[in-house]
Parts: sequence; structure tokens; C-alpha cells
Amino acid sequence: MSEKLDYLVQQAKAGGLDRRHFLRLAATSGLTVIAAEGLLASRAMAEEPPRKGGHLKLGLEGGASTDSLDPAKYSGSVSFTVGRTYGDTLVDSDPKTGTPLPSLAESWEPSADASVWTFKIRKDVRFHDDSSFTADDAVATLKRHSDTASQSGALGLLRSIKTIENRAGDLVITLHEGNADLPLILTDYHLVMQPNGGVDKPEAGIGTGPYKLVDYQPGVRITFEKNKDDWRSDRGHVDSVEIIVMNDATARIAAISSGQVHYISQIDPKTVSLLKRSPRVEILRTPGKGFYCFLMHCDTAPFDNNDLRLALKHAIDREAMLKQILGGYGSLGNDFPVNDAYALFPEGIEQRLYDPDKAAFHYKKSGHDGAIVLRTSDVAFPGAVDASVLFQQSAAKAGIKLEVKREPGDGYWTNVWNAKPFCASYWGGRPTQDLRYSTSYLSTAEWNDTRFKSEDFDKLLLAARSELDDDKRKALYRQMALMVRDGGGLILPVFNDYIGAASKTLKGYVHDIGNDISNGLIASRVWLEA
Amino acid sequence: MTIFSSDVTKPASTPAPPGFRKRFPLATLIAQRLGLSALLLVAVSILIFVGVEALPGDFASTYLGQAATPEAVANIRADLGLDKPVATRYVEWLSGALHGDFGMSWASHASVSQQIANRLGNSLFLAFAAAIIAVPLAVGLGMVAVLFRNRVPDRLINVVSLAAISLPEFFVGYLLILFFAVELGSVPFPATVYRGMPLFDRLEAIALPTATLVLVVLAHMLRMTRAAIISVMASPYMETAELKGLPSYLAILRHAVPNAIAPIINVVALNLAYLIVGVVVVEVVFVYPGMGQYMVDAVTVRDMPVVQACGLIFASVYILLNMMADIAAIIANPKLRHPR
Repeated sequence: MSEKLDYLVQQAKAGGLDRRHFLRLAATSGLTVIAAEGLLASRAMAEEPPRKGGHLKLGLEGGASTDSLDPAKYSGSVSFTVGRTYGDTLVDSDPKTGTPLPSLAESWEPSADASVWTFKIRKDVRFHDDSSFTADDAVATLKRHSDTASQSGALGLLRSIKTIENRAGDLVITLHEGNADLPLILTDYHLVMQPNGGVDKPEAGIGTGPYKLVDYQPGVRITFEKNKDDWRSDRGHVDSVEIIVMNDATARIAAISSGQVHYISQIDPKTVSLLKRSPRVEILRTPGKGFYCFLMHCDTAPFDNNDLRLALKHAIDREAMLKQILGGYGSLGNDFPVNDAYALFPEGIEQRLYDPDKAAFHYKKSGHDGAIVLRTSDVAFPGAVDASVLFQQSAAKAGIKLEVKREPGDGYWTNVWNAKPFCASYWGGRPTQDLRYSTSYLSTAEWNDTRFKSEDFDKLLLAARSELDDDKRKALYRQMALMVRDGGGLILPVFNDYIGAASKTLKGYVHDIGNDISNGLIASRVWLEA
Repeated sequence: MTIFSSDVTKPASTPAPPGFRKRFPLATLIAQRLGLSALLLVAVSILIFVGVEALPGDFASTYLGQAATPEAVANIRADLGLDKPVATRYVEWLSGALHGDFGMSWASHASVSQQIANRLGNSLFLAFAAAIIAVPLAVGLGMVAVLFRNRVPDRLINVVSLAAISLPEFFVGYLLILFFAVELGSVPFPATVYRGMPLFDRLEAIALPTATLVLVVLAHMLRMTRAAIISVMASPYMETAELKGLPSYLAILRHAVPNAIAPIINVVALNLAYLIVGVVVVEVVFVYPGMGQYMVDAVTVRDMPVVQACGLIFASVYILLNMMADIAAIIANPKLRHPR
């Protein structure tokens, strides 16, 4: 099988096979789209040596003049990319499988119950200010983010940490309870290693990454130069990087089509077909973990009846939604919050489809009568109002009457989401399945936005968390997925792809399932053709 | 048209001896205005404070967004003193501001004054470039329109300028980007300017936003110029000028324009103020780092020190430009210069 794949990759590189065709053939060899996509990218890198030099310009959405250089305060995709460009985390994640890879930590070892973790720290790394990176810096960084007085966005992730120590040059983390996912938690973009943890000067912008920060004008323009003493030789191919903050979608498209930038993020699916016409632009599409959804509160009438919930789950036309709301740039959801972009994804669960008969059957069984109010706003996700109307129409065919109520956008996340019993919503990805479920399906979770409370489920979640055997964990995640799918309050019609665009001179873009913008690592991975 | 109506005759804060007021009416007026402006600025700051307070969510919860954890929110609140009563916080801010200290931005921990200096410089640069083209062009075209009143040039000027003002400014901007940046590739886009950018590059970068702004503000000033001159044209002295044999362009230039200047100056002042504080849409479309975008970002996360400072600067710009318009109108009109 691998011979066949090698042949396909070569064909693709020689230009005899376009990407789509390659993916289809690769699928016949038993590869998922994501794996094949990654294979193509990694092989392309291996075969074509990266060209060094040039000035890379990125036009990114999601920056503001209020952005801070303090990694603890990062939010929005510009800060995220900035942090990944000048800094490193202890652990990286594999762009194809999402499993942990060594970075500033060269290896790690858990105790048998996964509650004490020992990380070997690289010895040959220097910060941009020429000081050495040591285990003390790692300890100080993690302490700063996990301190109870911390204002860090990663505080929630690090809650299970009991102690962080430097034991003879190794970083040792002790947890309150076992967690097999700790290395993946340490890939979080807030946890950029800083000299002395950034305690003295959190906004210094000094890290160990492939580029040194030159000029930082938040919300406007951020520039970097190559770090000549980078500890890794396989990254940082261009000489300098410039990030221009472009929050206007049309401005980004104008900038890429006029050739003024090499890459733009966040393209509206509706405009992709127009942008494709431009001869110098290539559309980059990466499957993501984020999803568009409708949330029902399992403890509030009429949604406290599982038959009504099942009726609504069958009454939504997922394929129509994928086509009309996402323009095809996404994948179908199956009413549990995880897709194959997560490690240990439970394969083979039957795809739920639009079935008005089944919907009508469950609706009748539930004994409900009258209109059901669905609250929506385009703040929930782009096209949420249209999606709600589509839902209304497909439900009507099953004899279910939905009343679409449009809510004001300002305050939607405070007044409607997690407050009203039935509304449209969005969730971004989490590094692991454990964090995905812990965030909103644990009985005690603050953001249990479907009021899904099941003791059995909580037990499974905790068991999976400390289980070090991948096969056993996968089996547990499968059970959990089925519980949420068949008994929860989540209607998940589609996962959305990340859509960006690059000029044809940009090479080596890695489709990383971790997050958008090649998991923030675009500047470190790509190179420019002469 | 102006913030202060012209019937403000009593001095608000500077009691001047009666002789002084008569002998230096202009100085009295400026003193009055300055005193009132200070009060007005305090009122504006209260309004802004109350307005931002009334928005749902505070800095801690909006800044952390959906990723907020209760601990982190509580930590930020305690750090910034957001748990204190509103009035206390306002008084604290005000006493700082009176000492010239606008504080640090809550979000970026950078000095507000420093950041604003940068942004305000950008805004003024763009506004100045637009004004230096738009004002002479508008007044000139207005005079041409009067000269050829109800003939083809007049109609043409009217139709074109009204069409430009009728299109929303973002649409004008997109059209210019489409033709000059994407299709022809002759102008750089985005118009982002930054620290240490050479002047020539800067001028090249702002070509398109400047053109957009000129198109947007042209019609207003042009129409006012035309209307003001036409109303003066009906005066007896214009007839005299014509009878003594002055060519009509000279009659307009020498006799009509000086008498029509007051309303024109008012409109120009309003448009100048708009060019500095009201161009957030153009800033977004052209990715230009001006004051408008800065304030919108700050309001989004409820970054009070920044919002306050921006609000005060915007109010000051309006007050100052209106005052200058009034002073210019007084200087231009002997009847106002020597009131009885």
C-alpha cells in the first residue's frame, strides 16, 4: 500500500495528478482526507528543498489595537500567530494526526497513573536575548499561567496542576488526578516559553522561535527578522516576516488579488468561487475542529424529552446546510462535538442524515404540540439566520413547527447562548477530546450549554482521562460519543473548514489540523519561490 | 451649524470689565469659548463613562471573551479596581486626567498618550492630505458653478459631486481599490502606514483613501459655496459691480466671495472635523491605522482609559474647529468685528 501511495505522491508532484484527484485515489488506499493531505504536504517538502530568503507578507484577520504581547492575554488569531512566530511551546502537535511531538521538551515520561510527568528539557536552546533556556524558565512560565492570581487564557487548562518543579534539570509536573493528555495541553498557544517565565516583563516578546520580533504595532503591523541562532534548522526559511492586520474581508481579498501579500486568512465561503478565478491565487482549505450547532437544554421542557430531541436531530438537513451555508467547505456533523481532526476519533459511527419520517415518528412519540422557538443571530456563526430558516423548512416537512426568533447580536453570548433553551451557536476546537468534552459535557462544567448531565458519562470521561492505553481510551471515547449523539442536546449539522488563500509563489504550506493558519506556524513553515 | 449658537453673549467664566469686552471682542469671545470648552469636555467624559458602563459586560469579561474563566475574570477585575463603585472610578480617572495622566491602556498596558500620539498623527496626516485637495477644489468648483450657473458646467459639477456623495463611502473605496489596486495595480494596497515609513511611501499609500475622502466631502462644501455666493449675487452691490464693468469672474472673486465666506467656512470646518474623527469606515476598508479604528477596538473590549482619551480628543477637535470657524467668520465680517 505504501508503494502505491509513494507512486501517487510522485504523480502529484510531477503535476500529473491534481490535489483533488490525488486525495480521491489516496482514499481508496484507506487514507483519510486529512492524512492524505498531510502526506502530500510533507512529501512535497521532502522533495523540494525550501528556498531560503525573501520577505513574507501575511494579511490576517483577528487583531486589534488592544492586543497585548503578553502570551497570557492572547486572544484572536493575530496574537496566536505572533506567539507561534517568535516563541516555542514545550510540546508541538503533529499536523496530520494531532499527536504530541517534542519541541523544547525533547521527551517525556508519565507515572503509571499519569499523574506525575517528567519532561526532559533541551539544553542547547537560547532565547533571543542570548540567555540560555533552562528548566527554571519552563517552571516559571507554567507557574505564571497556572497561578490562581493569573489572568491567563490558559488558566482553565492548567487547573489540574498541583506542583511544578525543576528536579535536576528536568521539569516535573504533578497533577491532582491522572491526565494522559498533559503533553497536548502544553501545546496551547498561551504557553510560550519566556525568560524567567515572563514574570518581570510579560510583554517583552522574547522567545526561542525562528523569528525575532522587530516592531510591534498592535492592530496594525508586526514585523520579524530571522533568528540566525535558531535551534532548529528545518524551519524559518524566509528572511523577514510582516503581518498586516486586516479585519475587513474585502480588504484581505483585494490585497491577495493585487499581489500585495502572500497569504490571507478567513475567507467567506460565498466568495471562494470568485477568488478562484484569479490566476495568481490558490485557495487553501484545512479541515478544522470548529462547528456550527443548535443547542437544546436537556433539562428544560419541551427539550427534556429525548424523543423530541431526536426528532429535531433527524429533522435538520445537514447536506443542504453544508452546501448552502458553507459552500461545501466543511464536513457533516454527527451530533457529537468531535471529528477526525481529533486524535483517537471514534470511527465507524453511523452518520445521521435528514430523515423526515423518523423525525415525524419521534415527534409523535414525544407528544409535543405547537411551535418551538429557535433563537438565532449571525453572531452565533456566519449565516446562522439563514441556517435557522433552512432548519425551519426541513423540520416543517416532518410536521415540526419551528418559530425562528432573531436576537440582537450585541450581548448574544451573554443573554442567549447558555441561557435560552434552544439557540444557534458555535464552538472552536480544543486540543483534545478530553478538553472538548470537559468544557461542555461534564455535569459540573460552567459551559454545559446543553445541560447534559449524566453520571455515567462523567465516570467515562474521568476514566478516559487517566487511561494511558490508546486503544482502551479510543473505546471509551466511542461510548461517550454515542451517549452525546443519542441522548444529548447538541444538534451538530456541520464542521467548518479553515479557508485561506495564498499567492502561487508561496510554497510548503502545511495543512495542520491543530488550528487555522497552519496552526499559527505559517511563517515558520513556508518559503517563497523566486 | 456650530456647537455654540451665536447668541451666547454673556461671558460664562471670564468676567471682563465692560470696556475690555468692547475693545477686544475677539479676545473676549475666545476666552469665553475656552472656558465653556473645558466644561463641555468634562460633560463629554461623563457621558462616555456612563455610556461604556451601560454596555453589557465589563473589560474583564469582554477582553477574555468566550475563553474567560471565572478566576481570570475576577483577577483582572481586582487588578483594575473594577469592583469599586462607578463614581469612585470616574473621580479617580478624572483626577489623573486633570494632571495630564491619561493612564495605561487596560488591554495592552501601554501608555495611552503615546499610542494616541501615533494614531492621531496618522489621522491628521490623512485628513490634511484630503483637506488640502478637497477644500480648494470644492470652493473653486463652487465658484465655477456660479459662473456658469444653470449651464452645462454647473449641471455637470452638480451631478458628479452629488453622485459621489450619494454612494456610501465604503463603496467608493471598494471601486477605487478594484480599479487602481487590483485591475491596474498602479497603487499599493493596503494603505497601512507604520512607524519609520519613508514620506514618499506614505504619500503613495494614502493615495486611494485620500481620493475616497475627497469624493465624499466634496459635494457638501461645493454646494454650500455655490448657494452662499448665489444668495450674495442678488445684492445691489453686485449689480453695481456688474454695471461698473467688472467681468463676472472678478466680481465673484472680489465682491461675492468675501461676503459669502462665513457659511462656507462653517461647512469647511464641519467637514474638516469629519475628516479627522468620522472616517472609521474608510480606515477599515483601506486598513489604515487611524484614531477611529483605535477607538472602535477600545470600545469593543471596554478599555475605558483609551475610550475616554479618544472621546476627549474627538470632542476637542470639534470644539476647536468650530471656534476657529466662528473666529474666521468674525474677522471676515466687519459688522461682527465691531458689535454695538
